[in-house]
Amino acid sequence: MELMEMLSWPFMRRALVAGILVSLCAALLGVPLVLKRYSMIGDGLSHVSFGALAVAVALGVTPLYFSIPVVILSAFFLLRLANSGSHMGSDAAIAVVSASALAIGIMVISLTTGMTTDVDNYMFGSVLAMTETDVLLAAAVCAAVLALFVLFYHRLFAITFDENFARATGMRVELYNTLLSILTALTIVLGMRMMGAMLISSLVIFPALTAMRLFRSFRGVVLCAGTTAVLCFCMGLTVSYVKSTPVGATVVTANLLVFLSACAVERLRKRG
Amino acid sequence: MEKNELLVCRNTALGYEGRAVLSGLNLTVSAGDYLCVVGDNGSGKSTLMKGLLGLLSPMAGSIDRAAELKNGAVGYLPQQTRAQRDFPATVYEVVLSGFLNQKGFGFFYTAAQKTAAIQAIGKLGILELKDRCYRDLSGGQQQRALLARALCAAGRLLILDEPVTGLDPAAAQDLYKTLRYLNEKEGMAVVMVTHDLRSALENARTVLHIGRNSWFYGTVEEYLRSPEGCRFRKGEQ
Repeated sequence: MELMEMLSWPFMRRALVAGILVSLCAALLGVPLVLKRYSMIGDGLSHVSFGALAVAVALGVTPLYFSIPVVILSAFFLLRLANSGSHMGSDAAIAVVSASALAIGIMVISLTTGMTTDVDNYMFGSVLAMTETDVLLAAAVCAAVLALFVLFYHRLFAITFDENFARATGMRVELYNTLLSILTALTIVLGMRMMGAMLISSLVIFPALTAMRLFRSFRGVVLCAGTTAVLCFCMGLTVSYVKSTPVGATVVTANLLVFLSACAVERLRKRG
Repeated sequence: MEKNELLVCRNTALGYEGRAVLSGLNLTVSAGDYLCVVGDNGSGKSTLMKGLLGLLSPMAGSIDRAAELKNGAVGYLPQQTRAQRDFPATVYEVVLSGFLNQKGFGFFYTAAQKTAAIQAIGKLGILELKDRCYRDLSGGQQQRALLARALCAAGRLLILDEPVTGLDPAAAQDLYKTLRYLNEKEGMAVVMVTHDLRSALENARTVLHIGRNSWFYGTVEEYLRSPEGCRFRKGEQ
């Protein structure tokens, strides 16, 4: 009953479709990112995307047109930082970028519009945020991510498992890394307004971690991460509708519970 | 290039950003060779490795490769990274990825490649581990899986970067035995960068010693008589 009622709202239908697409993308991209120890890049990007959104609103520009290029650029930059092994330490560098972007965003907001419910919505997400355009964009990004994973699955595997070997056998490692970071940036920008800047990165990390507890093959991990992400999103959205809790937090909690169960299963299996 | 030559360096200089790390290098690797590259830390072993793999172009001189080694057909065994040790992938998935360089624009593996991957796994004696997860294997078993992948990538030349680092002595001896088998019975040329000088000298036929100022290139017997090799012998006593 509740479910039918929930789907009778157009904004809920949009949230459901966009959310499923974004969670699927985030989870698939998350597998190589987590395995390559780039999890914090997602977190950094979501903060940058918050800063960009705040600046865009202050300038009176359509948020997506401004934040997409900014976040893609930072994705390049963060990936380069993570690869360079700079003397600053890539984790410290990412933390600096995240905090600075967040601070700039908050400064810009308080100097212009002032802290309003909008800010709260950017930080923790709002189910009302998804427009028709967002849904279409999410579908396009999702199609690109799926195409990348279906057509270049084996190459993605090789690059994730062993970048040095892949490079020695003549693969264009940088090209694939760049593609991964552009798609991650797009996914984060799209998902951020619904899930919230503080929470979107967990969509990248949780499903991959859960799947790694349960599966022993790369194929298994990729498929399981995608499925878990979509199921957790649907569960989270329904609970958030019924209990009137924020979507982002509810979806992340669902992910956390599934992750903990996966850990328990792994424990039991090891003992058994 | 002569028929059985795989890699030829002629008066090669290698380095970064205009500064040469190695220069005046003359080196030939032919089919069936077993060459060990030894030397102090920072002497340029890994630079040489990058040059041989084609990841670094020579600043002077040339590095020629046999036609079959072009397009990335190199049997490379890199050093393991930390992220790799707990990677969720089956041995079969890892070994198959050795064929990527031969795929061209194809998106999937062919049946022949799948058979060849199984054969490579068999050659290294880890057939029963085919469907096991890479992260559940011992260090020695992981090296065998990576060696099987290297066999898929190239038919005649293996290039190994510190293959016994992190292995216990028994596993290291096993790996040397496997390499000798591949070298003698399968005719694979082996180029190995290593710190484990003693085992290297027992197995290899030729040695390249890169020192800070001097270097030596010749057979193991010549090496033991040379000034560089003498230092090693003194260290033994």
